[in-house]
Amino acid sequence: MSGLVVNRLSVSHGAIEALRAVSFSVEVGQLAAVIGSNGAGKTTLLRALSGLNNQTSGSAQWNEREILGARPDALVRRGISHVSEGKSVIAELSVKENLILGGIWRSNKSDTSAAIAEVVELFPVLGQRMSQSADSLSGGERQMLAIGRALVSRPKLLLLDEPSLGLAPLVIEQIFATIDQLRRKLGLTVVLVEQNAMSALEIADIGIIINLGEVVASGRASELIDDPALRAAYLGY
Amino acid sequence: MQKVIETLLIGLSTGSIYALMSLALVLVWRSTRVVNFAQAGQAMLSTYIGFEIASRSEIFWLGLVFAIAAGALVGAGVDYFFMRVLFKHATSGPAAVVAPVIATLGLLGLIRSIVGLTWGGEFKSIEAPASTDGFSVGDGTIPFSDLDVLIIATVSIILIAVAYIFQRTNLGLALRASAYAPEIAQLAGIRTARTRTIGWSIAGAVGGVAGMLVTSNNFLSPYSLDLLLVFGFIAAVIGGLESMVGSVIGALVLGIGLTFILNYVGTSLVFIGGFSVLILVLLIKPDGIMAKGKARRA
Repeated sequence: MSGLVVNRLSVSHGAIEALRAVSFSVEVGQLAAVIGSNGAGKTTLLRALSGLNNQTSGSAQWNEREILGARPDALVRRGISHVSEGKSVIAELSVKENLILGGIWRSNKSDTSAAIAEVVELFPVLGQRMSQSADSLSGGERQMLAIGRALVSRPKLLLLDEPSLGLAPLVIEQIFATIDQLRRKLGLTVVLVEQNAMSALEIADIGIIINLGEVVASGRASELIDDPALRAAYLGY
Repeated sequence: MQKVIETLLIGLSTGSIYALMSLALVLVWRSTRVVNFAQAGQAMLSTYIGFEIASRSEIFWLGLVFAIAAGALVGAGVDYFFMRVLFKHATSGPAAVVAPVIATLGLLGLIRSIVGLTWGGEFKSIEAPASTDGFSVGDGTIPFSDLDVLIIATVSIILIAVAYIFQRTNLGLALRASAYAPEIAQLAGIRTARTRTIGWSIAGAVGGVAGMLVTSNNFLSPYSLDLLLVFGFIAAVIGGLESMVGSVIGALVLGIGLTFILNYVGTSLVFIGGFSVLILVLLIKPDGIMAKGKARRA
């Protein structure tokens, strides 16, 4: 099957198993929300999928090719882009430099310029701040820049780690709406890791609930939202 | 008044060479978090190679080109063959902090012995590419010569080239991104290990230039660049270790300051002066003169 297929993925941090035999699949163009509390293993999952963590066993395939064991820079070239936790921009660089960074692996600079122009069209506020340092942006703008940087690489699979972290409720709403628009417009496959269960499931096709390193439930997002037992146990609303 | 100006000029020339060494140390520190004591050894080896070429061809500039190339190769080699392996094995705990620094000290000794075995311990000299006679001013001459002008010009060109690479090219962006946020750089598709090796090689090349310029005015021996390392290091600390601009400013301040001590107080106080500055900066402004709050500068 094309898309993302994760099969019995385990990740260890030294002696501790942070993820145990996690399996799920995401079809091309789908948005999967990975939900769980702090320390459930959500970030560990994304770090394994983007090559940052290679203490893995099991398998994870993207469009029928194995991704576990590959380096992050190789996976970027295969269309997998990871926006790590906490507005991952480089504060010391300008907005423009952060965006250029997204396409720095390309040998063709004009491709990157075109991709940056598209990103600026999606996030006009970045266009007005190109020469400012990323440090001067607000929290929401930083998150846009982080996502924008990932988009400059023209990914097929976007891994988003807690884009709502530390943002005001109104801004969170905007960010989720933006993610939803983006993936439809660009046909992206998205794995969205969130503690903010409700907002994430609302824009997701499928949901995967992780607790203590294991998948405890998965299925259509709309069904998970309505499941009273899950709501009480894991979704917290 | 004339003495003040000539002291300033000589200080500028001396400080500009410190600036290269200081810049080399900062480049490595930023990318790898290692205070690279082997930098003196790398520069020395490069300078011996440059000396060999310059004395055979009788063209200083050809020697300089070879010293730059050798410096780049040796720098890349040190990172590739030593630092990468070291960081793979010593990943945490006190060993990870201490091992790289001790390793660079060991490497300095090793390079020194290899150079000693190959070229012997006696002093060598490279024919200066310009006159070392001071300019005449009025009835007398000042100790500022054509060579000093050439040194300042060469250093300026090197600094502009490095600034251009860092600020205007994708390689420079990759170098800065890898230094500031290695993980984000990796996620952006940068091969950070390779980028770091390139950083070491630029540092090595810059160190090679420093060695050649110092030697053009002096002698070359397996120990002759130690002082340059010490002053380069003090300058880097004055600049805050993080900032390339700071390292250059720190070096010029130090060069001029020490020359004033030399000319107005006496030779015996130059060392005391240098180390007093080091200690003062560490006590009063440990983040260096360029520190502004918590922000880091390119």
